[in-house]
Amino acid sequence: MSIQTLLYIAGRLVKGGVVLLVIAIFNFFLIRMAPGDPAQVLAGEAGATDEIFLQQLREQFGLDQPLYYQLWIYVSNLMQFDMGITYRQQMPVFDLIMERMPATLLLTGAAFLLSLVLGILAGVVAAAKHRQWLDSVITVAALIFYATPLFWLAMMAALFFSVYLDWLPSFGMQTVGENFTGWQKVKDIGLHLILPAATLGLFFTAVYARMTRTSMIETSRLDFVKTAKAKGMKPSRVTTHHILRNALLPVVTLAGLQAGQLIGGAVLTETVFAWPGIGRLMFEALFQRDYNLLLGVFFISSAMVVLFNLVTDVIYCIVDPRIELSK
Amino acid sequence: MNVIKSLTQNKVAMVGFSILFIFVVIALIGPYLYDGSPWRMVQRPFLPPFQNSNYLLGTDTLGRDVLAGLIYGARISLLVGFVSTIIALLIGIPLGAYAGYYGGWVDEVLMRFTEIFQTVPSFALAVVLVAIFEPSVYSITGAIAIVSWPPVARLVRGEFLSLRSQEYVLAAKLNGQTNRNIILREILPNSLSPIIVLASLMVASAILLESSLSFLGLGDPAIMSWGYMIGAAKTVIRQAWWLSFIPGVAIAITVLSLNLLGEGLNEALNPKLSGNREN
Repeated sequence: MSIQTLLYIAGRLVKGGVVLLVIAIFNFFLIRMAPGDPAQVLAGEAGATDEIFLQQLREQFGLDQPLYYQLWIYVSNLMQFDMGITYRQQMPVFDLIMERMPATLLLTGAAFLLSLVLGILAGVVAAAKHRQWLDSVITVAALIFYATPLFWLAMMAALFFSVYLDWLPSFGMQTVGENFTGWQKVKDIGLHLILPAATLGLFFTAVYARMTRTSMIETSRLDFVKTAKAKGMKPSRVTTHHILRNALLPVVTLAGLQAGQLIGGAVLTETVFAWPGIGRLMFEALFQRDYNLLLGVFFISSAMVVLFNLVTDVIYCIVDPRIELSK
Repeated sequence: MNVIKSLTQNKVAMVGFSILFIFVVIALIGPYLYDGSPWRMVQRPFLPPFQNSNYLLGTDTLGRDVLAGLIYGARISLLVGFVSTIIALLIGIPLGAYAGYYGGWVDEVLMRFTEIFQTVPSFALAVVLVAIFEPSVYSITGAIAIVSWPPVARLVRGEFLSLRSQEYVLAAKLNGQTNRNIILREILPNSLSPIIVLASLMVASAILLESSLSFLGLGDPAIMSWGYMIGAAKTVIRQAWWLSFIPGVAIAITVLSLNLLGEGLNEALNPKLSGNREN
């Protein structure tokens, strides 16, 4: 790895840190704008907390100190992932979020891979059959899924595959009351994963299919493709070796940038399917008016996106050295 | 008027436009023609659709008229969609214009600022904003605008960056025109077409966002909306699937019509770019 690459990675790290710092400051002011006094907001229970606990919170967060001091305490705590304790669960907010994290990572990861593979495949097929019926079918399907509300699609999928056909479970992550171990447990979770991951993934499949199709068609008109065809290369080889390779880069770049939206979608799918991840936790926090927990989930999910972008940037930089030069 | 001509010749765009036009008319005058509050109990609960000619689409869990809900819901969906897009444009266009026109450190600062908003998961940010500022039409519209302006700023910046060194801009500078004049009268009108296309797609995603927020219970408690109807019917989906099915179709059709219109506008306004796509 060259010194430029290392510098580039260091630069990206600083950038990610700045983003998190800004979000932390933003959170601090939001807590003060929430209804109720900040101690009660931090306790996560409007109006129903005991006075001793509130007093304890006031001291811990320095709420009787000047505002800049409070900001300092809050932000430095947050940067160490200390977000206080939720009153209801009697548990540190950070631990509660981390407990739910694996489920969300599983769901969003599965949905991301599914949508990337399916979307690129559909886009390549549509571009190869440009202006034939298969292209129209894929284009129309992508348009429709792109316009359908995610939560509604999730409910309809649950209704059809779970209630009507009774093929797949549509509630939770594991069968209640069964203590599966080993492969049985994997299979059980896998079955529960299908509907949430497929509905979350479908919207993004539509997005990636449209992008891949456009990108493929645009690339296929470039000169180097004409050259490849002119020298008598097989059309299928031109598609895979010349067009696809070059058309894929913008798609994958945009897919990486959209990872943040996947988390937003997870809030909706996890709510519909009672999937025990941080999206569902966000909904529960809303329901209980626990603003501190809500902001905690928001901060951690932003941190996840920053981390993900960082990782993709570094991978890019290693795979395609031209990128760092252009920055 | 080449644009209007090529737009009217574009079948897809006209389908989108017609559907959208019908929905706008329903939203504007529907509540006056169709009397009946979406909140009043009018019949027994869970009346299926097409059984009672007075309440064509049946009633919900509390015996409220579903059709009335749809009509009032059209109003709030379109209103939030359009207004939040206008606000997002009012934030994004000036930021992008300044960044692209002046370049240098102005560009650097404004684009770093934009990047932060682009990194943050937008739906989660909207949820947080609406929850903290209490759900109302204003907080919902504002939150959607705040999460949707970054693409506008980036697009406008790109346009200004490429147009600022064009000859007509240099001529205007030599003429002694003020920067403000050059931005508003020379460059902005020439970068309007991609902005219009983007705006039509933004209205569509704003409608999706609004319905998602009210589905989660973050809708304005005084206003009937499509997302609220689906959220309220969630627990009874086994007994009455149509209660969640019907409003979802309304959302999908509205969003689809806006996307179709956006694609048509894209072809009409940027014939060179989209020529690649459809010819």
